[in-house]
Amino acid sequence: MIISILSGKGGTGKTTAAVNLAVSLAAKNEKVLLLDADVEEPNAGLYLKPVLEESLPVSIPVPQIDEQRCDYCGECADFCQFNALAVAQKVVITFPELCHACGGCTLVCPKEAIKEVGREIGLVEKGWAESIGFRQGRLNIGEPFAIPVTRTLKEGLADIKDSIVIIDSPAGVSCPVIEAVRGSDFALLVTEPTPFGRHDLGLALEMVEHLGIPHGVVINRAGDDNSTVSELCQEKNVPIMLEIEFSSRLASLGAEGIPFSKALPYWQDRFYEVYQSVKEKCLCAN
Amino acid sequence: MKIGVTATGKDLESQMDPRFGRCAYFILVDPDTEEFEAVDNPGVSAGGGAGIQAAQAFIKQGAEALITGYCGPNAFDVLAAGGIKIYQASEMSVREVLNHYKKGELKEISTPGKANRGKGSR
Repeated sequence: MIISILSGKGGTGKTTAAVNLAVSLAAKNEKVLLLDADVEEPNAGLYLKPVLEESLPVSIPVPQIDEQRCDYCGECADFCQFNALAVAQKVVITFPELCHACGGCTLVCPKEAIKEVGREIGLVEKGWAESIGFRQGRLNIGEPFAIPVTRTLKEGLADIKDSIVIIDSPAGVSCPVIEAVRGSDFALLVTEPTPFGRHDLGLALEMVEHLGIPHGVVINRAGDDNSTVSELCQEKNVPIMLEIEFSSRLASLGAEGIPFSKALPYWQDRFYEVYQSVKEKCLCAN
Repeated sequence: MKIGVTATGKDLESQMDPRFGRCAYFILVDPDTEEFEAVDNPGVSAGGGAGIQAAQAFIKQGAEALITGYCGPNAFDVLAAGGIKIYQASEMSVREVLNHYKKGELKEISTPGKANRGKGSR
């Protein structure tokens, strides 16, 4: 089973929810694999302190010119919408950082003088946080494409049958988020009872509805009146799976980088209940 | 022999455009006869890599030298590969630029400027 954690709005507590769910399930002897798919700023590791055992580079294909074959006709440069190749008389210059890795230049070259070589844009690291399997993607600073890293991060997930996979997604509702959550059995949308939380929850709901992923909401920093977001859930008929109270105890544990379900074991039962009802809802959905 | 000046308009009285990659026109002029023609810069509408596109188009025009305000690293590399000499001028009319060039008063640029200046970053 794959459960993704997303939010729309940044800073609502996606990583908090993902990590505490993972810790709680592991405490109940479930096999858990946590993926930090927030590849621009992976930080679930700050809570879980995993031992990383493997590091796989992620590359995108960029053109390399065979000067022996090239006759400087310029078709590659004319074709490239991003001006990642330039032909200046008897020289071809490539600008790999502008290349969008479409491979078009290799197709239009009449002399078959272009081959693709890898340009590293990030990496995927794998390891363990005690009994929790851990993977994180890391996109190099300034790189425009997160998706190849997310794809590599998610490689082989379909074959994992014996673990509960938890995907900590990035904020927002754009391509990197969609790549992170697609293929999930259930989506937990983390929000907070503020107008901002409500607004972005609305966007995230639209996205998971569109993707056809069964979903429920976690209200973080919940207070006495959560109507800003609970009204939206009611309107859309979306279940509220968990409320995490706004408390200084939880906040200070968070600030120390300690998953609160480790320090306060009753949270393990609450997160385990969330998992149980996710399972039920997935059975109903199928 | 021909030289090219980046310009905001299509004749010698128009202002020089200090940007290279995203200038509106190249004015190609023979310094001796002052015969000229204006050609569109395709870099104007480039999504990215405007300087690279402009440089390739400029090389195809067969001019020996370029006069502009500043030229970023990517365009500089392409122009250098095309054997183009680059001279720097401040904002004035194309005709004034030409006069300074003829008197040998313009500085040749041998190192590229900052990237993305024509896009508005400083």
